[in-house]
Amino acid sequence: MALKNVNEDETFSDHVSISIPDHLFTERRRRKVEAEAVVRPSLNYWQDAWRRLRKNKLAMTGLVLLIILVVLAIFAPIFSSHSPTKQVLTDQNLPPSKTYWFGTDALGRDLFARSWYGARISLFVGFIAAFIDLFIGVIYGGISGYKGGKVDNVMMRMVEILYGLPYLLMVILLMVVMGPGLSTIIVALTATGWVGMARIVRGQVLQIKNYEFVLASQTFGTRTRRIIRKNLLPNTMGTIIVQMTLTIPSAIFSEAFLSFLGLGVQPPYASLGLMTNDGLSAILTGYWWTLFFPAFIISLTMYAFNVLGDGLQDALDPKLRR
Amino acid sequence: MVTYILRRFGAMIITLWLIVTLTFFLMHLAPGSPFNQERNTNAAVQKNLMEHYHLNEPIAFQYLSYLKSLLHFDFGMSITQPGQTVNGLLAQGFPVSFELGMMTLVVAVLSGVILGVLAALKHNGIIDYLAMTLAVIGISVPNFIMATLLIQELAVHWHVLPAATWSSPKHVILPTIALATGPMAIIARLTRSSMLEVLTQDYIRTARAKGLSPYKIVVRHALRNALLPVVTILGTLTAGILTGSFVIEKIFAIPGMGKYFVDSINSRDYFVIMGTTVFYSGFLIIMLFLVDIAYGFLDPRIKLHKKEG
Repeated sequence: MALKNVNEDETFSDHVSISIPDHLFTERRRRKVEAEAVVRPSLNYWQDAWRRLRKNKLAMTGLVLLIILVVLAIFAPIFSSHSPTKQVLTDQNLPPSKTYWFGTDALGRDLFARSWYGARISLFVGFIAAFIDLFIGVIYGGISGYKGGKVDNVMMRMVEILYGLPYLLMVILLMVVMGPGLSTIIVALTATGWVGMARIVRGQVLQIKNYEFVLASQTFGTRTRRIIRKNLLPNTMGTIIVQMTLTIPSAIFSEAFLSFLGLGVQPPYASLGLMTNDGLSAILTGYWWTLFFPAFIISLTMYAFNVLGDGLQDALDPKLRR
Repeated sequence: MVTYILRRFGAMIITLWLIVTLTFFLMHLAPGSPFNQERNTNAAVQKNLMEHYHLNEPIAFQYLSYLKSLLHFDFGMSITQPGQTVNGLLAQGFPVSFELGMMTLVVAVLSGVILGVLAALKHNGIIDYLAMTLAVIGISVPNFIMATLLIQELAVHWHVLPAATWSSPKHVILPTIALATGPMAIIARLTRSSMLEVLTQDYIRTARAKGLSPYKIVVRHALRNALLPVVTILGTLTAGILTGSFVIEKIFAIPGMGKYFVDSINSRDYFVIMGTTVFYSGFLIIMLFLVDIAYGFLDPRIKLHKKEG
């Protein structure tokens, strides 16, 4: 009976149906429905990536750390009862206590307010620099990769030359010309920083533009700008985001580095690099908290970005996973 | 190959020229002059000084004459340190910076590769986790913080090693470690991931099937291919180590080139700024070039004369 059921044949169907009870047919039909039912909701690229990222404990640690750092950097200076620049001369070099959570520095400034204010500046520089890099890099790389041929050749020669420039040397020179300050740091960092993004976007676009769906768009007579925006960029998004999570910490590092050399944010404003430089004297004086807190916050920020960036790379680029 | 080298050489000259031009004009745009620091100089003395260094001539003329002297590898005279030629300063500072840089590169590459290989061989084991934790920490902690921590702990607290200056081999250890941790971490991660990839290849299985010793499989077969990505980033790493050495030299009071660079910028010593920038850039560009050539030799699959993409 079961055998006949499997080899259902139209010629035998009449007289087979006589011997088989009805419930067997319903049974089979239901099974078929179940087999084809979509049990799990279909996921788009981003949902799929998010699912993979969520499984990555280290990356999630990074993400949570980052959210905490950003929230503290935004709100801690506002809610702190101390000002980051106010000097209380009677409270110099106090160790961490109930009133001064991170202690005070040699000028009697509250290190808690100052550290988070510095973190705010570092994060701000990192994000803005990364977004400007993204903006210029995507447009430049997109055009270069999509146009190809001579245009690409000329545009990439220029990039090659810029790539050969010693990055920090140029940044330092620009800082000197434009005078130290926050906007100068951002201009200096982005003046040569967009090159990396442009190279990566170009490489991706070169690869994707040969796919059939782009050809289809071209056949419909879609304008170049629309093809780049609608067909090419969404497919490079993963790589771009990964590159950004690497650009932000390197911008933060550069800012700290410049401030440490005395070429970045100027006193009385705080920046983590500047505070680390101030804290250098702690080696001899033993006021460890003046060095520890800013150094710890920079390292933690860099750690969070790096770990998250690694996780994103795994999550957004399934081809690279093994 | 020859055409490729010639083409790259042309690009190098253009890049270097661009750097010289850019630096020259940026420097002259910068507010202040080298004589601002001189106390009690009256207008006449200032004028004489300007004349002595040809700074009163039109900028275009200064630029051309500087280019001309560069062709003879003559970097001019220092303004703030009278009697010192820039060539002399470079000759003093460069060997020190070079020693620090090379030590760092050797330490970073050796320890990075060893860590990476161990991590890949014990994939998902304890050594792997330890090595990768170390690598993430190495990437996250900026070199200037690493330097201060090292001084604090090893020099001031435990008195194991000298804290600063540059006079004996012992003095080299701390700055080298501080400068090498970042690059080491990058190399370790890169080696690990490319090693993991290579170890799954068929030819490794073949080597194993032939009964080769694990040592030979790793060193002769796997490592040769796994190290190619490491070679490609050596150029950028050298750049990082060079710029990193500015701050490390400052912290450890090492009489290298980094000190001259930062000092000259602050004192607007035009010829020293130009000299150090051009020298650094030239060195860097040549390193990048050598790395590319080495890559072509190490990996016969890469055809240098073919344009990529």
